[in-house]
Parts: sequence; structure tokens; C-alpha cells
Amino acid sequence: MSSRKPVQNVEITIDGQLRQVPQESTLVQACQDAGIDVPTLCFLQGMTPANACRICVVELEGSRVLVPACSRQVERGMIVHTESERVRLARRLVMEFLASSVDLSLSETAQEYARRYGAHPERFEAGVGPPPATVAQSVKVDNDLYVRDLSRCILCYRCVDACGEEAQNTFAISVAGRGFDARIATQFDHPLPDSACVFCGNCIGVCPTGALMFKSEHDLRKQGRWDESSQALTETICPYCGVGCALTLHVQDNRIVKVTSPPDNSVTRGHLCIKGRFGFEFVQESEEKS
Amino acid sequence: MDIRLSPEQPTPEEQDAVNSLLGPEISSSAEKLGRHRLLPALWAVQSRVGWVSEGALNYVCHRLDVAPADAYGVASFYRLLSLTPRPLTLAHICEDLACRMKGSEDLCQEVEKHLGPSAPAHQPGMAPWQKSACLGQCDRAPAILVTRSGRISQDLILGEADLAQLLATLSGRSLSPPPAAAKSIPQLGEKGLRLLRRVGRIDPTNLVDYRAQGGYRALARALQIGSEGVIREVRDSGLLGRGGAAFPTARKWEAVAKAPRRPHYLVCNADESEPGTFKDRVLLEEDPFNLIEAMSIAAFATGCERGYVYLRGEYPLAKQRLENAMDQARAAGLLGERILSAECSFELEIRKGAGAYICGEETALFNSIEGFRGEPRSKPPFPVTAGLFGMPTVINNVETFANIPDIVLDGGADFASRGTKDSTGTRLFCLSGSVLQPGLYEVPLGTTLGALLERAGGVPENRSLRGILLGGAAGSFVGPGDSGLPLSFEATRAAGATLGSGAVMVFDDSVDLKDVLLRIAAFFREESCGQCVPCRVGTIRQEEALQRILSRGAAPASREELLALSEIAQAMRDASICGLGQTAGAAVQSGLTRFVLPAGGEE
Repeated sequence: MSSRKPVQNVEITIDGQLRQVPQESTLVQACQDAGIDVPTLCFLQGMTPANACRICVVELEGSRVLVPACSRQVERGMIVHTESERVRLARRLVMEFLASSVDLSLSETAQEYARRYGAHPERFEAGVGPPPATVAQSVKVDNDLYVRDLSRCILCYRCVDACGEEAQNTFAISVAGRGFDARIATQFDHPLPDSACVFCGNCIGVCPTGALMFKSEHDLRKQGRWDESSQALTETICPYCGVGCALTLHVQDNRIVKVTSPPDNSVTRGHLCIKGRFGFEFVQESEEKS
Repeated sequence: MDIRLSPEQPTPEEQDAVNSLLGPEISSSAEKLGRHRLLPALWAVQSRVGWVSEGALNYVCHRLDVAPADAYGVASFYRLLSLTPRPLTLAHICEDLACRMKGSEDLCQEVEKHLGPSAPAHQPGMAPWQKSACLGQCDRAPAILVTRSGRISQDLILGEADLAQLLATLSGRSLSPPPAAAKSIPQLGEKGLRLLRRVGRIDPTNLVDYRAQGGYRALARALQIGSEGVIREVRDSGLLGRGGAAFPTARKWEAVAKAPRRPHYLVCNADESEPGTFKDRVLLEEDPFNLIEAMSIAAFATGCERGYVYLRGEYPLAKQRLENAMDQARAAGLLGERILSAECSFELEIRKGAGAYICGEETALFNSIEGFRGEPRSKPPFPVTAGLFGMPTVINNVETFANIPDIVLDGGADFASRGTKDSTGTRLFCLSGSVLQPGLYEVPLGTTLGALLERAGGVPENRSLRGILLGGAAGSFVGPGDSGLPLSFEATRAAGATLGSGAVMVFDDSVDLKDVLLRIAAFFREESCGQCVPCRVGTIRQEEALQRILSRGAAPASREELLALSEIAQAMRDASICGLGQTAGAAVQSGLTRFVLPAGGEE
């Protein structure tokens, strides 16, 4: 992560401020350093930008179109506007497009962006005629560990990349189909147990909208019993092998309901294997038996 | 890679189809054949048995060491590949603009009466026909592509098609001969033609004939004047790319020639799919040796030892003619090692597209060749820095390449003496729709739109000109008042229009322009790759909003509806990753303001 090479700076202008920024940095990093909050949805620190949601676009003088701040590297002399009228319109429309086609109710970030940019997704509703197309569909529950609710999927590519070369190297899922029919799928849309999935759950860890979810969380939500405010977070180390993965146990009513790992942890970078992610039932079994 | 396959096995037929492409399996371990063979391998299966089964996909994955979910994502991207059983013989009837004007909708209704309903594009079944986006045969609309899978697969095009012709072809009773070039080239035999001067006058299947007419003299001269000499002539010519973006060709060539990273790749973009465009097809079918010579010159000038022609899958005759030409060139020492006994080696390969307009976008095209979904990449980096396989790459359109031999032979200055100061040379224009003589026309850049229309005989008698779509679906409309518009890059840009791919679609007062706009909107919805939100959702919201407005008949659109449509277009233009999304609202917006809305109407 931390290279020892001397860092060269370049000068750029962001919203009228002259800034010296490391030449390897992206616009989103440069904006963060300048205290400017650029919205991101598909982007996740530590993963290669997918460039897909386009909520992070900014206006770059001399560029015909807006540019994605998540992936665009800084260049000497760039003049960037992060909240110009064009930028705000594009971001508002991106949120209207998403909110009118995807269930964003579990993504506080997305809802916050929709408010911030004044999105009115209901304006695409038809007075007469067929309603606007959405990705609504029933939840895929095909195993005991996690569920897939693709009606919440914004196609950010994070799960595909985490399953693939960014973390797990299993390649059990991919984007299939095209255009509005594009979707995350296993080979021939098989249920997860019949696919190459190894149930590491790293896709759940990176999903920004709750489209991928622990079955335990899904069940509690269905029963109306999911209550994050009452949950305790317990940091621990996974007991299964010698790697020493950091675990965060999410505990509600004295039961583990979900396991995550801190994204900035140097051992896991947020990723786990099936044992660390899902191998917690024995704890509660023994408690219940005793 | 440790890949996990499902238990489904390939049939012997499927296995044989893959092996005949990749060679027999030598050991059970993956042979590092490379992922870039994925699309050709999927094609091998598709064209043998008519679809790609799970067992076949597994076998391809096993041979190429690609994860099956990944390969499934790739296979499901392309319209000409099917993941469910389909009939061996399948008719694809064009429903795009030029064919619509020539009655393709009526044809489809007739076909439906005889063959039953068509298979919808997203869930193809056993129906023997389906509708297709533009097949690039607009000069002989309505057109049908008939694909025939089997041990000897054979695809063919029916032009000016009717039901009887289609039924005869489906039953195997008739095979249409290749169309005569003369019909597509109303200017045939005229003096002063450059790009079209050999078309219809040489045998496109015969290298001897091409050489007898001066072919391969340009390559010899290129070897004489050297790489820098060639690039200097191209620079002096002022040649701008003919694919649509009008980027200076010499700038690409110079950048790649100087790039220290090796190997360099040369790519010809022959994925001509812009509705209303068929110029590259005519060049490929009627003058294929010229393209090979041009690419050899480019390869020599830019230090590329390997090149690809990415050819759209709907051009069977172009593929056949180009393959034949490559074979003859290779046999004559004009392709391969030590071309013309010089220190210049160049190997060329055709990659067949599989039904995806987006693959005409250069970075999507690279991904497609590499065996990934044809999704565009973020630029920068540009192809000259990191293109095909991440290496410095020259990518040019067929027509751009076609200009090169003359530029090398006659000099850049001679080329620049035609056209305007900023738009040098001649340009091919594809005229279709309401003109007396549709076809391909070559005129100097800067020729006015009116003069071009006159060359094509103008609109038929008793009709009046209503509008012209310049540059295809990704272009925009101009009106009858624009006949004085010079067809140059700078003049069209100043007028807020574009030459784009050279498509000129003419609509008279009998054409329902609402239907035209709805079809354009549907086209972009179908062809969006789905990668970025503005295009994936924007194209469908645009179509829905347009449907709502236009279905109401006389009731005017509300301010809110029009604002929504124009904002959708702006967001797609500003925030999409690539040119598809960036232009997906342009024709609809210009058509609406010019023709449909009372305030902006021209009539």
C-alpha cells in the first residue's frame, strides 16, 4: 500500500481552489483532500473503480462530457467544477434513474444523494399506459446462508469484482444479458448451491444496497425484528485458522445475526472465507443447549 | 484458474465444432489457448448446432480456462448467439428505419401469418424468424439475413426481400446470388471516383485483377519511403477518421509508431452497425484487397505485426470475400512474413462480431476481441497508449483505411486538394429512404446536402422532402431548409449536426416521423450495453416518455414531459461512458423539436 517512492505533486484547480495533489491520485481523492464531498455509489476504496453508476461525475474544463471522479487521474492544470449546474443535473438524473427502477430503501447513502440533488423519480410515472420498467422481482432464497434480492441491485459490479480477481478469484457470478435486462447471474442462472459459489460472502460485504444479504438478516427483516440500533458490535479474531482475520460480530438479542470484517483491516481488507463469515452457528447452538 | 463446471457434457457434435477451431484436446489440463478465443469458440458452436448449450459452454470453458459464469455473461451479451435451442435456419428481418420505409412491417405481418409469431430478442425460442436491428442493406430494403447452422454453415442476405423469396430460401429451394455492385453504386463508371473507382470494375475475388489495376503499388512505395515517409503523407493529407469521430488519422499513427511498449496492434473497425450505413460493407465486398493493402501499409508505418478486422456478424458476403482475399494475399507473399521480401511482417485475422451495435465503439470492440463482454472502457487511457490487450493500438474505420493507398501513392497534398481546407478528400455517403436512387455516393467533402440529394434523384415525384437524418441513429435531423449545408466536418458541427458514419436517410411527407423517432428510441434501448446508469436506464425512460407523448395523438405534450425528455437526453450525453449513450438522445431531441412539436415545427 504505502510506497516509498517520492511523491510528485501536480497543481489543479477544484471549485476555484488551487491544490497541490500527488500525481498518482484520482479526482475523488483530490476532492476529499480539499474537503469536497463527491458522491459515489459503485466506487469502493481498495477496489478498481467500475465506473458504472456515474454519480461521481464532475465537470472538467476542456472536456466535452463530464468525467468520473472515481477513476479519472489528475493531470497538471486541470480545472474542475464539482457542483456546477451540469454536474448537479447529471447527478439528479442518475438518482432519478436509479430510484425509479431499483428499490433503494436499504441504502441510506443513495437516499441521501437523492435528497441532496432533488431527485423526483415519480415524474417518470405514467398517468396512463404501462408503468415505467423496473428491476422488481422476487427474492432468490436458494440456500441457508445468504439471499439475493436483485430488485435492489444497481449493477455496481462490486460483487462480480469481489467474487473475481479483486478478492476471491472464484468467478461464480458475472453480469449477464444486456441493456436494461443486464443482471448479476451465475452460469445459466443456476441456484447458488449448483454454481461455483464458495459462500465466502465477500459479495455481501461489498454490496451497497442490501441486494445481497445474510439469510439471518433477511429473515429478521421479514419478521419485522431487525433492529440495528439494538445491536452490539463485537470485534474479535476468527478462531478457525492461523491467518488471524478480524471479525465484527453483529449481535442482537444475544445472538449473532451477521459477521463482517473492517474494510480497512490489513489482514482481510473486509474479505473473509465461509468459516469466518458464516461459521458462527455453533456458538449459539451450544448456548442454546447448555 | 481453478474453475468449477456443472455436470452438463457437450454432445460429440458440439465438441467437434470446438475442436475444429481450437484443435483436438491434447491433455486434460488447460492448454493456455487464451481467453481471446472465447467468441470464436462460441461462434463455432452456434454456427454448427444453432445454439450454445450448457454442455457446450462448459467444454469451451474447460478448453480456454474461462469461468463458466463469465462465459455465460459474454454469450448472453450477443444477439446472434442463443443460449436456448433455436432452429438451424433462422430469418432475421430488419425492422430499422430504411427497411420500415420500404414496408418491412407489412412483410413481418405476412411472415407472421405463414410462420407464426417472431421470437422476441431477449427470449429466443423455436420460432423460425425474428426482427433485427439495421442489417446495413439500406440501399436494397427491406432486407433479411438468413443464418443457417450446420456442418457447412451458410449465412446469406436477401435484398428487396418478399415473402416468396424468404419462404423459398428457408425451405432450401433457392439461394440468392450475391447482389451486383452496380445497383449499390449509381455513380458506377463515373470519372473522378477515388474510393469507388474499382468497385464494380474489378473482380473482387481475384488478386491478379487487383494488381493489374495498380494494386499493391502503394505498399511498394510505402516500403520505399519508410515509416516516417508514410506518416508524413498521411499527415499532409489531413485525413480525418471516417467512422464518425473524425479524429486525425496521422495523430493516431504517430503516437503508436513512437510508443515504446510492444507489441503494437492494428485494428480495422468493420463493425458497421449504425442504422442507415452500408459503405464499409460495399468496400469490403467489392474491393477487399485494397483494405488488406491499406492495413499492411499502416502496420508497416506503425510497427504492428498483428492486426484484426472486427467484422460485424451480419455481413456474410464481406466475410467470404475478405477471407478469400487474405488467402490470396498470403499465398502471393503479400501478407505474413517478409511482405514483398522486405523487413516487414504482418499477420491479419478476421474476428466476427455477434450482433452488438456497441462493439463498434473502439474500446468495446477491444473487449469483444479479448473475449470479454463488449462493454466500453473508460477513456483515458486512449487506444494509442493502452488499447487491444492493453498495448498501443491503431484502430481505424474501413473507409479511413481505404483512403491510405492513394495517399501514399499520389501524396498527401494531392488528397488534400479535394474537399475543404479542414475536411480533406472525398467521403462516402449512404443514401436511403425517400430518394429515387438509393445507394452509395462518393463526393468531395464540402458538397452541399442539396447537391448530394440531387445526385440521388431527389425525393420521388408527388412527394415533398420532410427531413433528413444525418449520421444515422446517433446523428441528428436536418430539414428541407438545410439543402445549402456543406457536408464537411466543420460546417455540420457548426450547424449542430454531424456527418457521423455517412448515413443520409431521407424522409418524405408520407413517412410517419413519430414512428421513426420511436424506432430510434427502441434501437438505443435494445443496443445499450447496460454498463452505466445514464444509458441503461436513460434509454428506456426516453422510450417510455416518447411513447406516452406520441401515443396521445393530437394532445400536446406537457412542459414537464418535454423537460423530462430533454433532461434525460442531457444526462445521457453528459454522464454516459461512451458515444452510444452520449448520442442516444440526439436524434430524438432534434426530431421532436423540428417535426413533432408545434412550436419548433418547420412546416
